[in-house]
Amino acid sequence: MREAITVIGASLAGLRGVETLRSDGFDGRITLVGEESHQPYDRPPLSKQVLAGDWEPDRIHLAAPDRLADLQVDLRLGQRATGLDLEAHTVEVDGVAERFDGLLIATGAQCRALPGTGHLAGVHTLRTLDDCLAIRAALEGVPRRLLVVGAGFIGSEVASVAVDRGVEVTMVEALPVPLVRVLGAEIGTTMADLHRSHGVDLRCGVGVVELVGEDRVRAAMLDDGSVVEADVVVVGIGVVPNTDWLESSGLDLDDGVCCDATCLAAPDVTAAGDVARWDHPRYGRSVRVEHWDNAVEQGIHAARRLLQTDEEATAYAPVPWFWSDQYDRKIQVAGLTHPDDEVRMVTGSPEEGRFTALYGSGGRFNAVFGMNRPRQVMQFKSLIDQEATWEEALAYARELG
Amino acid sequence: MRVVVDFDLCESNAICMQVAPEIFEVRDDDFLYVLNEQPGEDRRSAVEEAVQRCPKQAISIQD
Ligand SMILES: Cc1cc2nc3c(=O)[nH]c(=O)nc-3n(C[C@H](O)[C@H](O)[C@H](O)COP(=O)(O)OP(=O)(O)OC[C@H]3O[C@@H](n4cnc5c(N)ncnc54)[C@H](O)[C@@H]3O)c2cc1C
Ligand code: SF4
Repeated sequence: MREAITVIGASLAGLRGVETLRSDGFDGRITLVGEESHQPYDRPPLSKQVLAGDWEPDRIHLAAPDRLADLQVDLRLGQRATGLDLEAHTVEVDGVAERFDGLLIATGAQCRALPGTGHLAGVHTLRTLDDCLAIRAALEGVPRRLLVVGAGFIGSEVASVAVDRGVEVTMVEALPVPLVRVLGAEIGTTMADLHRSHGVDLRCGVGVVELVGEDRVRAAMLDDGSVVEADVVVVGIGVVPNTDWLESSGLDLDDGVCCDATCLAAPDVTAAGDVARWDHPRYGRSVRVEHWDNAVEQGIHAARRLLQTDEEATAYAPVPWFWSDQYDRKIQVAGLTHPDDEVRMVTGSPEEGRFTALYGSGGRFNAVFGMNRPRQVMQFKSLIDQEATWEEALAYARELG
Repeated sequence: MRVVVDFDLCESNAICMQVAPEIFEVRDDDFLYVLNEQPGEDRRSAVEEAVQRCPKQAISIQD
């Protein structure tokens, strides 16, 4: 019988995990450790409503204070886990070893930095509330020329908010087409057009050689020889999972904490959210997913796993899904695209600003992309879940008309 | 149990429809319709899951 469960990472996956432990009837001790000093908060608004100044930070709590009290959790904010001893079943928090019967690892990810830019003021990444407020303040200053490095989803959302606030935006992307590896050239081009039609100076296929300035950033030198002047730089070139504290734990680490299909990383230890890599039965390989909905679902699954026996445990096999808000468009993707995929536009068109596109290869239906098409994305997501074939997906699309 | 949706927050991404289609429906006009505002107790766990999974925290349960 477990008496004490510790959750490391007091954000989305960790908190949903704690809620699940309680709703599943666990009445032992729960400790939730989080490095950030803020009450657990939601990240998507950091590149949307909060960055835009439409919402203040008090609107993004993940749980109301009375809800946290109800959960009877020993919430330890501003504390960092620094080590794990699997044998002894202890986790080191701020230098003190504490025993656990079950451990949920939910330490998320952090932004990759642009090498050699640490000394310059005005250069930001966006992961935390503090990052968000710093960028928000910077965009209020004058003159305001923003350079976004990387045309991924976060960079694109930042560009979109900044344009809305009247900031002059340049976006530099090393790939020839934004998001080409995830979305393919056709849909990636649609995303590029969206930025350009809103006045963003988007430059693809070029890299940043160096950011220059004395104390503050002043400009960026690009590898095509051009120079972009900027007062503020936001770097959005991906994230790395927070596994540094587990380096000597003996856990299998490979771009994330490696787990089996049930989210178990070692006996009595599970992982969830951005930090977790697990064997996904649907894909026959391990995946790590950096989406909000996955942090929720996996947080629930991995917490429950700690209360289950090996016989009771079930595989975690979701269809990945995420959304991104850019300008007046809601972008949603469900499933995982494959490099060999054919892309078929099935309803609407980019010109209308509203369409659905399907991805499939080898007779398999792999993914759906929607722009302002939430209902259809969810309908096709269900088909992916049922492992519909490419032909079945296209037939369903014809029915929708 | 009474299901309440804050339509100022809802962005019609239809996650709730996936979780509990008999209660939530996002139609072709891309608006969310609550089909049953007072579902029976047997639906509580589905509604609770919808509450947890709504990215906008737009759904609440009033007992
Ligand atoms: C700006 C932004 C916008 C986003 N927008 C979207 C979106 O529109 N749609 C979407 O699907 N997803 C979006 N996401 C992704 C989504 O927010 C993440 O997938 C989600 O936050 C992952 O949750 P998590 O709990 O796994 O990790 P995190 O939210 O990263 O939380 C991990 C927590 O663990 C703490 N921690 C780390 N190491 C330690 C340690 N050693 N000891 C103690 N605590 C530690 C961290 O400080 C952090 O608070 C966005 C993310 C960001 C940053
Ligand atoms: S999940 Fe939430 S935001 Fe999405 S449609 Fe349902 S209520 Fe609206």
